[in-house]
Amino acid sequence: MANVTKNTEAQRLNFWEKLYLPEIARGLGLTFKAMFKPNMTRQYPEERWEPEGSYRGRPVLVQEEDGERCVACGLCSRVCPALAIEVQAGETDKEKERFPKLFEINMLRCIYCGFCEEVCPEEAIVMSKDYELVFTSPEDAIYGKDKLLIPVAKLQDRLEFLRQYK
Amino acid sequence: MPTIFIDGEQIEAKEGQTIIEAALEHSINVPHFCWHPSLTVAGNCRMCLVNIGFPSRNPDDVDENGDRKIQYQPKAAIACATPVADGMHVNLTGKKSVEAQEAVMEFLLINHPLDCPICDEAGQCKLQEYAFNHSKGKSRFDEQKNHKDKRVQWGPTIMFDGERCISCSRCIRYADEIAKQPVLTFVQRGDHVTIQTFENTQFDSPYSMNVIELCPVGALTSIDFRFKTRVWEMSFTDSVCPGCSRGCNMQIGVRDNTIVRLEPKTNMEVNEYWMCDYGRLTQYEGVNNNRVVEPMVRKNGSLVAVSWDEAIAEAVKLISGVPSKDISLVASASSTNEDLFALQKFASLLNTSSIEYISNIDPSFGDDFLKQSDKSYNSFGINALQLKAKASTADKFSVKNTPLLITTDDSLSVDAVSGANAIIAFASNKTAIVDKAAVVLPLSTYAEVEGTVTNFQNRVQHIEPAVATVENQRFMGMKQSRWDAMGAHNDRWTQGEKRNSRSGWSILQSLASELGQDWNYKQSEDVFTEIASSNAGFSLMNYAQLDEFQGLIVGASSLPEKKAIVYQSHVMKPN
Repeated sequence: MANVTKNTEAQRLNFWEKLYLPEIARGLGLTFKAMFKPNMTRQYPEERWEPEGSYRGRPVLVQEEDGERCVACGLCSRVCPALAIEVQAGETDKEKERFPKLFEINMLRCIYCGFCEEVCPEEAIVMSKDYELVFTSPEDAIYGKDKLLIPVAKLQDRLEFLRQYK
Repeated sequence: MPTIFIDGEQIEAKEGQTIIEAALEHSINVPHFCWHPSLTVAGNCRMCLVNIGFPSRNPDDVDENGDRKIQYQPKAAIACATPVADGMHVNLTGKKSVEAQEAVMEFLLINHPLDCPICDEAGQCKLQEYAFNHSKGKSRFDEQKNHKDKRVQWGPTIMFDGERCISCSRCIRYADEIAKQPVLTFVQRGDHVTIQTFENTQFDSPYSMNVIELCPVGALTSIDFRFKTRVWEMSFTDSVCPGCSRGCNMQIGVRDNTIVRLEPKTNMEVNEYWMCDYGRLTQYEGVNNNRVVEPMVRKNGSLVAVSWDEAIAEAVKLISGVPSKDISLVASASSTNEDLFALQKFASLLNTSSIEYISNIDPSFGDDFLKQSDKSYNSFGINALQLKAKASTADKFSVKNTPLLITTDDSLSVDAVSGANAIIAFASNKTAIVDKAAVVLPLSTYAEVEGTVTNFQNRVQHIEPAVATVENQRFMGMKQSRWDAMGAHNDRWTQGEKRNSRSGWSILQSLASELGQDWNYKQSEDVFTEIASSNAGFSLMNYAQLDEFQGLIVGASSLPEKKAIVYQSHVMKPN
């Protein structure tokens, strides 16, 4: 018992603090001050937050007018630390001979690290601003090309950011 | 014997050797593209430029230790075409040699397209490797790259991409010297040079696809494999081609538990660096497709999938229902030595003397290079093991009045077995015999078992499983790609079929144990140990030694000399 040091509230507080009343007044003052400050709370989902270009939301594939940029090189799949990406290449008659026959990202595995974007030699996979991911089953969480392909016009902020900082 | 010095290291070379050969024998790698040990020297890639010098002849020209100074030649020379001379000093890592290598790389990369993401060779490309190791890492070339023909078919198996070609001429020399089909040639000059087949010819030699591995870049790709997968997504397991009795060493590339490609592996005693197109294009079909995946038992006329225990019990019921002496056994010349040995042991348990096997000799298949007329890859194992089996042919083989036929060969025809009352079939594929059998026991293929096979030289070679089955999925040392190894059940890339098949010796062991004989084999090596102890020809062998010497000859009185370094042009790293 000898080594027990006492550090109770009663020991730490002075007389006025022990009274509580001035502290209550101070707290209420803060509350009243906040009432006249601009409102920080957002009425989600009616009001939505638009992130900056630097935001790492879900990874998406860039879609140009004549199809996807991706050539299915598989580097994103190789670099992915969570093994979220699966790519299966196919052959086309276009100038870029390869295209992804299958491109799937398991959003339950994805950790939004952005390595796939960093390694991509074609700037074909980028992190989007989309942070709203809802699924009702593990199967729904595997996004295929139908959900991943986003027109390039919608990704300008991110592409601009990458050009500046990558 | 000339003594040379490579970067100060003293090397005893052989008379007449070139520098690159002498260096390779002492595991020093001189960077090179066009040189290959089995092809003539062309000397046109210039990658192996090294600085060569000799000790000064002036007695006063000494360094601080009193040794003669080395006088280097003013111009670098190519190591692949310069013969060694006594006292030669080769500077491989000095400033001049490195500058020469970097200059050559810069030239080669001028017109080489930056399409590694599309190229099938990426990951095991010699140019990629050297761009990393022997290049400055940046290009001073701002102009337009040359454009040449892409996607030119040289034949039924090979696609040529002119832009990626670095004009090393390995393929041309291979076609002339090894495939003996001289149809390839350089056309045009300077930076427009490209390779074409002569008019009205195509490169369709039975060995044509070897140029794909030979090509140091991705200019030559396999039409069969094109874009199926990236090389780093596959696991590579050493195996032996089951296409014929040559037993070419090969590597099995597996992804999603499916074989995606077969490629030759160097074994100077058997196949050197090569493999035939037939082997690499056909020998994975039987593993990937049309497989018997579960044990099956015939109930009310149709086959029903059952558990292994039930299928074994049903088979034992059939075996004990007839006089065991009347049972006919069919061995397979395509099974491993272990399976054949176990079958022999099973026959002596049944006390039956009727073992036959079908030998598949096709004189039109064999040639004077690699292909052997005997198309069964272990028929020499049957002789080497002194199996008491009668050889028959597919046409002549027929079973007469047998109460029970146990066959480990699933290629039998229905007519041939019409004389059997009941059939127990060990089957890998859903063949005609499966439809007639009373009990079907799924047999693992060559790509799913560990074992040994004997080729036409009586060389016993060790094979390991590459494709996972329920039985072998915890095999020690099983090579699996990152995706196959780490995938979870809800990942779609792990959905490759995992069959419930077993190796022949383990099925026979289960039958024997139900019939009251305990064999006590835990792994195929136990069977092989028994083969080695009971069979004089195999007495020097075990799996470790078979791996070390790349196969041993049956009946050899002593172990061969330690093999020299095995040259491999380019492989995926880390391998």
